[in-house]
Parts: sequence; structure tokens; C-alpha cells
Amino acid sequence: MTAVYFITLACLVIAGYFIAAQRAKSLRAAPGAAFHSLPTYHGMLAAVSLFVPMVLVFAIGTPIVKHLATSSVFSFFPPEVANDPLQRGVVLRDVGNILDGRHQGEPSATLRSAATSFAHVLSTGRLIVLGAGVALGIASLLLVLSRISATFRARNLFERFVIAALVLCALVAILTTIGIVFSVVWETYRFFFDPTLKGRPTVTDFLFGTEWNPQAALRADQGDIKTAYGFIPLLTGTLLITFIAILVAGPLGLFSAIYLSEYATPRFRAWAKPILEILAGIPTVVLGFFAALTVAPLIRGWGESFGLDIASESALAAGLVMGMMIIPFISSLSDDVINAVPQSLRDGAYALGATKSETIKKVVLPAALPGIVSAFMLAISRAIGETMIVVMAAGLAANLTLNPLDAVTTITVQIKTILVGDQEFDSAKTLAAFALGFVLFFVTLVLNIIAQQIVRRYREQYD
Amino acid sequence: MKMDMTTQGIQAAQPYVAAKSSTASKVVARGVNVHYGEKHALKDVSVDVPDQAVMAFIGPSGCGKSTFLRCINRMNDTIPICRVTGKIEIDSKDIYDPSLDVVQLRARVGMVFQKPNPFPKSIYENVAYGPRIHGLAKSKTDLDEIVQTSLEKAGLFKEVKDRLNDSGTGLSGGQQQRLCIARAIAVSPDVILMDEPCSALDPIATAKIEELIDELRSNFCIIIVTHSMQQAARVSQRTAFFHLGILVEEGETETIFTNPRDERTRDYITGRFG
Amino acid sequence: MTDISAQPTAGPLRRRVDTTSPEAQAAVRRRYRSEARFRTYGLLAILTAAVFLVVLLIDIGARALPAFTTTSLQLNVAVPSDLVPADQKNNPAAIRGADFLPVMREALKTAIPGVQGRGPERTLLRLLSPGAPDDLRERLAANPSLIGTTLKVPLLLSATADLYFKGAGTPINTRSSRGAATPSGTTGTITVSAPGNDFSENLVTVKLAVAERAQALAAEAERTARSSAPNAAERANELRAEAAAMAARAKDTAAAETLDSRLPSLLVEINGGLVKVSQLAADRIEGDVLLPLASTNEAKASDWRIVTYVTPESSRKIGDQEVAFLERFKANGQVEKGFNWRFFTSGDSREPELAGIRGAIVGTALTLLVTLVLCVPVGVAAAIYLEEFAPKNRFTDIIEVNINNLAAVPSIVFGLLGLAMFLNFFGLPRSAPLVGGLVLALLVLPTIIIASRAALKAVPPSIKEAALGVGASHQQAIFHHVLPLAMPGIMTGTIIGMAHALGETAPLLMIGMVAFIVDVPTSVTDAATVLPVQIFLWSDLPELAFKAKTAGAIVVLLVFLFVMNGTAIWLRKRFERRW
Repeated sequence: MTAVYFITLACLVIAGYFIAAQRAKSLRAAPGAAFHSLPTYHGMLAAVSLFVPMVLVFAIGTPIVKHLATSSVFSFFPPEVANDPLQRGVVLRDVGNILDGRHQGEPSATLRSAATSFAHVLSTGRLIVLGAGVALGIASLLLVLSRISATFRARNLFERFVIAALVLCALVAILTTIGIVFSVVWETYRFFFDPTLKGRPTVTDFLFGTEWNPQAALRADQGDIKTAYGFIPLLTGTLLITFIAILVAGPLGLFSAIYLSEYATPRFRAWAKPILEILAGIPTVVLGFFAALTVAPLIRGWGESFGLDIASESALAAGLVMGMMIIPFISSLSDDVINAVPQSLRDGAYALGATKSETIKKVVLPAALPGIVSAFMLAISRAIGETMIVVMAAGLAANLTLNPLDAVTTITVQIKTILVGDQEFDSAKTLAAFALGFVLFFVTLVLNIIAQQIVRRYREQYD
Repeated sequence: MKMDMTTQGIQAAQPYVAAKSSTASKVVARGVNVHYGEKHALKDVSVDVPDQAVMAFIGPSGCGKSTFLRCINRMNDTIPICRVTGKIEIDSKDIYDPSLDVVQLRARVGMVFQKPNPFPKSIYENVAYGPRIHGLAKSKTDLDEIVQTSLEKAGLFKEVKDRLNDSGTGLSGGQQQRLCIARAIAVSPDVILMDEPCSALDPIATAKIEELIDELRSNFCIIIVTHSMQQAARVSQRTAFFHLGILVEEGETETIFTNPRDERTRDYITGRFG
Repeated sequence: MTDISAQPTAGPLRRRVDTTSPEAQAAVRRRYRSEARFRTYGLLAILTAAVFLVVLLIDIGARALPAFTTTSLQLNVAVPSDLVPADQKNNPAAIRGADFLPVMREALKTAIPGVQGRGPERTLLRLLSPGAPDDLRERLAANPSLIGTTLKVPLLLSATADLYFKGAGTPINTRSSRGAATPSGTTGTITVSAPGNDFSENLVTVKLAVAERAQALAAEAERTARSSAPNAAERANELRAEAAAMAARAKDTAAAETLDSRLPSLLVEINGGLVKVSQLAADRIEGDVLLPLASTNEAKASDWRIVTYVTPESSRKIGDQEVAFLERFKANGQVEKGFNWRFFTSGDSREPELAGIRGAIVGTALTLLVTLVLCVPVGVAAAIYLEEFAPKNRFTDIIEVNINNLAAVPSIVFGLLGLAMFLNFFGLPRSAPLVGGLVLALLVLPTIIIASRAALKAVPPSIKEAALGVGASHQQAIFHHVLPLAMPGIMTGTIIGMAHALGETAPLLMIGMVAFIVDVPTSVTDAATVLPVQIFLWSDLPELAFKAKTAGAIVVLLVFLFVMNGTAIWLRKRFERRW
């Protein structure tokens, strides 16, 4: 049915375009005043004037028809059924099965008549929607056609529509943010404050609890499993791995950037830059595989030869590989800010007899410091939000430890663990993942905003 | 706004006001002010531009001559902070009338820019673009003819007739500028605005353009902004001198150059500042 | 001003840089050394990154190699004429549905005659993959007249057998005999007596191993004795006794030894058969027949051999019986290695040797298609609006800041959005490329907007002015002139964005693209998985063979990424225009 609607739509739009363009052309051929708009624009305007109302009618009409059809089903059942979400779902599934001819066994008479009524309402409704759409579309087409004349500004009207479409597209970015905020905030709110939710923690429990064990008690006889939503072990785990990663990537990335921007010959740059870009482009799932299968056993082996007991999913392995992932990130951002330091500052230092490294250490880096700080902040936010490396190379056990040789878990690992597989939206465990997502979003957002503010101010300083 | 000619020299600080507008005036500006944000870039300019003649705007950098030129085809509309007040009429029609479509205005007022800016498309497409978007050609042959005539008028056809499909950006600077002129005249405008059209060209190319401007004069009203006083003297019939956003003096080119009324004009022409 | 002029102009203020004294020269040298050091740090940092990248690629490449070859047995298979009922002979469906297990069994038994007993037979059959008859099945379905004939077809080996030929087996030592030997039977448990004491060296080796084990036990006993476990002393004593008994066994060099799976396996190849030694004495052995002997005749010296599978049975994935069968197939020239086409043409499977990435590749293609269709028009339109038409006000400022922030939101958060919005709120299907594509589109949208804006900004304003000058409207100027010129830049940005989307895993896990899906998806609403998620799924599986598959899938993913990024770089180089 949807296909029919849109094929009709497409045909009408094309027809509308040609009718209007043709009409404009024939009017234009007549001697007289100069035409304001080209026939093409009259055609486009006609097409748009058909398209917009028809799409709107479909977008509004379809859910209404669906709703009407559903309520027609429940007119055959007592109100208890209609009000119980569980039974409601069962009835609707049965109706769907009957209509598809997949129903197991002989359906009851009520069910059958409900199904018939559902199908009836649905098909009538869809026909009405189609009719309304076509009628409205043609009406607006006729309106446009009647106005075609030498002075009619079809181009300006069409361009106004184009601007509206462009604005809508730009709004998608805003809508995405709103969508993210809405989904995490709403579910987080439910996690903490929904009275129907069993086992929800208080905000304090969550923020300061030192035990994380999000077992959803599935049945009453499983009451022994103690659920706890203490966020602290996840935070320390995340920070530990991030710290190791920055410890690796910070010096390496910064020194790479310094070398590339201050010392490297163009030839060397031509080689080194792509290497860093390739490193940046390696999917994190690949790095995770490498961390889990190669780096972690290697570290474990070294540890054993020194008599150290290292967990096979140590924070160290995940942190090291994550650090490698972040090197190109820090180096390219730092490269940019170092290059933005005006040459005149360097020249001033050289003129006083400073060596290159002295110039870099005493003049360039202090001047570029805000930019470098923001690069590190963006890198930290990247490390905190990184998922696959830690999912594959770090553990699940929420140990409260700062020992990099132990297994720790992170916020992202827990979100992934909770949400992969079947989940229901009314268990505290599922909602806990959204609360973690909220924390993640909030923390990275703050880091990014601060970093961007610093960069912006830094740019203004040298522009 | 009449003013006694004899008092002109005394009231030097006052903006120059044109003499009674003649019936042959193509472009008539009255009390035009332009603000860029806080900056008052053009102060109360009034001028008449005759048809089928070349008028030159001269003056030191930043004097507002280009700003005024860009008011005549409302190119300033593209700058968000720019505000234009006053009245400019072409053929007695107010071009800032809200009911007027700026696009149609620009089709009637062609423009040639400081740096040659052909589209990075073929020579043919460069010239054909204007006629195409304004629906001037009824058929392909019609369009071919427009392109050929325009290139001929711009004195470029002989040089490029074998390579109409080559990129316009592959031409030499002078050729590019003539291509831009051809592009401007392809839509048969009434007025052609030229914003220092020779400043990026060598002397030989400049001479060719100047020659071309002289030829085009018989069909168009041409307004040229130039830094070069010699150029103004060579190509224009009338000259207007701008200084600090004020139209200081306007008149026959010969008069301006040989016997300027205003001290500032004299100083500029004799090279005391500029 | 006054302060300075008040200073005396000559005297102590006029200090000069000392360049001649030894101290000064030493200081300069020191400064140059520090300069060189600093420079080296920079170089080392880049080299570290490069070495990491190279090690990563080599490591994954090496792991991936086995995934791209496959091993099969080239056997003569007699297809019985009653494989399908006579009236179904021309029905491909019936042929495909026929039971090929007996056919396989017969083929194997023909290849290694004399294998008896359910155990060895089952072991033999287990060497083949469940997908082994696929080739035969297709050939018969295509050409039913082959039913009733004997064909030579490749039968796919199981993952374990496949890995055996790829190096996960054992080194094999073979030693010729000095004297004659006589077996006592041809099947079952037999003895082989070799009066020339052929086995004495082996016995010595085993005794040494036993002595070593005794020492290890003694050491463990001492460790246990020191530990604080509750019954440590008791346990230590037990261990001590065991160690002593073992040491005594090692000392008695003449006594026969019983071999176990922790020692290298010892076998005797005699009369065309193979015996696995369980009891070892210097002049005779007792053991089970792995491959039947032709006769009980005496074998002359150098007609029989002593074979050692060096890796103990307990530390490899494959038993002696399997190794014996596989070595026999190999000796018969029936083992064939080939390129693993199946890896690219089939979907996921529980059997490593049957698993392929076609499903994942198609899923990826569908997902990226949705992403491309959604995010390119929207992203470019948004970029055009923001760059060319948007008034500079608070609202557009907010959009701008918002886009920059969105670009840095962790990808898993987009997964949460997809889960809560698209699946839970809008009720779109789980695991579908449609939803995956939607989520990825939102994820790469900021990248594309930012790249498109940069490309639009790079087009010089003179082009736009030229168009406006001939009377084009603002939109005509943008759409006819600026946008086409910005297109290479936009495409470069788009490809880089798509490459980013291609490697993204976490958000897709959230929306359920992790299900085990065998079928290749055919539409954007089918359940599907994508390449990176397939990698993640396989990397989690315990079978060794899947590790190679994972690495193989990674290699394919990286190849795609390199091609995409290479195209982007090429585009940038080819169409880069300096104004």
C-alpha cells in the first residue's frame, strides 16, 4: 500500500512538473511581457506543491488509520483486554497472524471478526488517505497552474522551498542531539525515580557505591543474588585505562607532532603522515583483537618471567593499545596548533641565538599550550568513550583497584554487556546502561566543550 | 537639489551634488548612504550616469567608489552587515524597490570584476550561462549565435573560435577578462559595471580592454572604477572623483583633469596623495 | 623613561657573550647535545607508532593466512544408484536432500582399507567437515547421470584436520630399524617383538622423562610442604611417595615402561600398518593397531620403522589415530590444499571450516547503502545552508557548536540512541541494516557536514560573484557553480566518513546486529550482521580455527578500508585545485 501511494506520488509529481512547465512555455511563446521565471521553475514549483501536501497527508494519515484499525479490533473485546498491555499485544499478534494466514489452529469467532474488521478499517483508511493525498496534491497543483503568468515568481517561491529543505537538513544535527539527550536522560530518570521499578538505586548509591553487580533478579527464588549499582569501580577502571592510554599517547603523540612540524623534511612528512593516518583509520575492533590475542599474552608472558602475576585481561594491555590508537589523534591536533604558532615568534628566538629545541621548548610549546591542552582533553574524551578495545581486551569484573596489572572494567564495557542480548525496557539492569550512557555523554560533552572553547580562544589570539 | 555652480569651490567640504538630471541619464543616484556595520562607507552620494557613454569613478583606495559601484547592481546585498539607503534609479525605476527581483536587476546590470573570474568551465559555457538561466535563447542555434556575437563584441571570437570547448581558465589574463566581458554582454544588459577591470593585467592586455570599452560604449552605459587616472582620461567621457566616502566632484572628464573645481580633486590628480 | 636615562650608560651593563672560553664552548656543546637528544625523541616517537602499525599488520596477516586456504581429501566416491528413489533421479531437490553420510563412510573406508570397529570408523568420519559432501551434492544435482558411477571429488576436511595440515599438528621423527621384527596380529592390540633391541634408545628417552617427572614431583612436594594450606603436610607426603616410586622406576633401566599421553607418542610402522605403543621394552612393544597390518610376517631390518609424534597427545588438539589417518591420506597424495573460496561465498556457520563472510559483507553493503543515501544529501544540504545561506545569529551558532560536539560524542552513545529511539520508540526491526544505517548516518553526519563546509569554503568567492554578476540567483550561483567545484572535496569527506562507518562496531552491537545469522540478508529489513561485528563475534569463539577466520575477516576489512582511503587520497590529489 505504501508502495502504491508513493508510485502514485511519483507519477503525479512528474506529470505536474511537465504540465506546469509546458503551460509556462506556451504562455511564454506568446508575444508580450518578459517572463519572470524559466518554465523549469514553474515545473519544479508545481512538483513541489504536489509533493509536500501528499507526503504530509501520508505522514499524518498512516498512524491515524493504524490507530483506528487497532481500536476497531478492541471493540470486539472487553475493556480489560484493551487495557492490559500484555493481552493487547497477544491479540494484535494473533490478528496479524490470521491476516497473514499463519495462525496456529482455529481462531475464535471474536478473533476472526476482529481480524476482518481490522483489515477492513485498514484498507478503507488507506484508500481514504490515498484519496485525500491525491485530492490535496492536485488542488495545490491547480492553484499553482492557475497562477502561472509572466509576472509569477515561480523561481523565488521554489527557492524558498529549497531553503526550507536545507534548514530542515541542518536541523537534523540538532534533532540528533535532542534525541540522544532525550533517550539517555529519560531512561536515566526512570532508573533513579520510576516508582514501579524494582531494585533501583538512589542517586547517592549510584555515584558513591563501590560495588557494581547489575544482576537482574529474574525470578523470586533468585533473591540471593545481591544487585548493586555502585559506579565507583567502573569510574576507576575507566580512568585507569584512560590514564595508561594517555601516558603512552601523550608523549609519543606530542613528540611526533613536534618532529613532524619542526624537524621533518617534506619527504619524511610525506611518509610519516600517512602512517599515522593509517593508524588512525584502523577500526577499533581490529585493535581490540590485537590487544586481546597478541599484546595481553605478551605482557602476561613478560610478567611471568619477572615473577609477576598479571591478569590475562589486564588494564595494561587495553591501555597500551588504546594509547596507540590515540597517538595519531594527539599528533594531528598538536601538529595543527604548533603550525598555527606564528613564524615571527620562532624567528625572535632564533635571532637571540636559541637552538631549535630551545625555541620549541621555550617559545613554541608555551605559545601552543592551550591548543595542546585541548588536544589532550579531546584525546581523553576519546579514550573514555572507546568501546571495542576495552570490550575485547579488558575484563568484566568490576574490581576497585588502581593496579594496572589487574583486570578492571569500564563504563563502555558495562553498557555493552548489559545491552547486548535480550533486554526489557522495564528492568533496572537495562536502565542502568542508560544511566552509564548519560554519564559518558555528559563527561565527554563537558570535555569537548571546554576543549573547543580553548581552541577557539587560541585561534582568535593568532588570527 | 539645485546648487549654484559658482559657490562650489567655497563649499568644498560639502558633498558634490550633480547638476540637474538630464533626460539622457541612464542611472540616477540620489542621497545614497552605505553603512558596513558601524562604518559609514558612503556618504550621501548623488550622481547621474549618461547612457551610451563611459563614466569613470576615481579616487584613492577605500574612498567608496567600488562600494558605490556595487550598489548599482545590489551586489552589496550579499554582505549581511551592509546597509544601503537612498535612491538609485535605472531608467527611472527604483532598483531598491522591494517588489523588484534583484536577479532581474543583475541581468540588466552586468558586472566585470577586478580579477578575471571565468567559471572553471568551457569558454562556450561561460558565455552561455547567463542567456541560459534567463531563458534568452529559444534553441541551441539561437544560443550558439548569442555566444558567438558576444565573443565577437568582446573581441575574443577570433582567438578562441577553435577551442570553444576548452576551459575558460586556460586563457591568458587579458583573454580571461575579455571572456568575462563577453559573459556580461551575453545577457544584453543596459549597464555594465567594471570594477578595476585592468588592475590584474599587463599593459598590452590593458590596452586591448580599453579599446574594447571604447567600442562597447555605443551600445551600453558603462561605469568603470579605476585606480589609474590615465585610464580614466583615456576611456571615459565623464569622471567622478570620490574621497573618504564622499563624491567630491563629477563632470566631463576633460574638465576634471584639466580644470578641477575642487582642491582635493586637484591634489589627487596632480599626485599629492593617492 | 627617566629610570633608564638615569642609569649610567657605560660600565657593568655592557656584558658580551663569551664564545671563546672552554667553559662557554662546553656549554654550547651541551646545548647541541640536548638538541640532538630532543630531535631523537621525536623520531623515536614516530618510529614507535610505525613499528606498532607494522607489527599489528604483520601479526594479523600471519594469523589470517590459514583462513584463506582450505584442505580437502581427493577421494574416489562411489555414488550408489539407489541414492535417491528411481523416480526422483532428475529432481535436484531430492538429490540435495539425500543422505550422503553412508557414501562418505564408504569412500573413506575404501581409501583406508581394513579400518574396523565403531571407534576408528567414527574417528575417520569425523575428519570430514559436515559440509564435505556439498561439492558432490552440487555436481550430482547438476548432472544426475553421475549417480551410480564413481567420481573423484574433493571432500572438505574438518577444522581440526585442516589445522593439522596448517601447522597445528606435531613434528614427526622416523627412525629406521636395525634388526628384524615380528608382529603378533594385524588388528586390535598386538605385540611386536624385535630381538635386536631396536627399542632400547626409546626406552632410555622414556626413562629420562620419567626421572624428570620424578624430580618435578619432588619439587612440588617441597613447595606444598611449605605452603600454609590446611592439609599441606599430608599432601606433601603423598607427593613425596609418588616421586620416590617414580624415581625408582626411572632407575630400573631394564623394566618395561607404560607410555601415557603426556609423553611423545611412539609408533611402529610395520607391514603397511601402524601400531601405537603402549608398553615399551627394549626388545618388544605392545600396542593398539591404528592402521591395520597387511600380515603377521616377519619384517626385515629397515623394512619397518619407529615413528615418534614429538608433541605429546595431551598437548595437541588432534589424537594419534587422526594423525595416523591424515598422514596416510597425505602419503597417498589425497590431501589437496586450495584457495578458500567458501570464505567469501558463504554465510556464517558454527563450523569454522564452513564459515564465510558473505553474509557480513552483504550486510555491510546494505548498511552502508542506507548510511550513504541518508547522510550525504542531508549532510551536504546542511553544509550548504550553514556555509552559504545561514544568517549569523545565535541559532546558527548553536547548530555549529552542536555539530562540533556531535562529532566527538562516543559512538556507543549513538547506539543507545538507536536502541531507545529507533527500536524502542519507533518500533523498527532489530538487527536490521536499516537501523544500523540510520545510526551510522547520524554518527558520520558531523564528519560529512564539516568536510563539506570546508570544501564549500575553499571555492573562491569570485566564482559566486561572477555568477551573481550575470544575474544568477544566490541559489543558482551555489548549485550551478560553487557546489560542483566543491564536489571533489565533498566526495573525499564522504568516503572518509563512510570508511569511518565501515569500521564502526559498538553502536551496531547496541541495536542487536550481533545475532548469529547464517542467511545472507536480501533487504534492509532482514536481520543481518556487518563485517566488524562479525569480527567481534568470531573473536569471542573458543575454537582455534575461528581465530584464523577472525584475522581473515580483519584482512578483508582492512583491504576495504585501504581501498576507500586510497580512493579518497587519489581524489584529493587528482582534483585538488589551488585558486
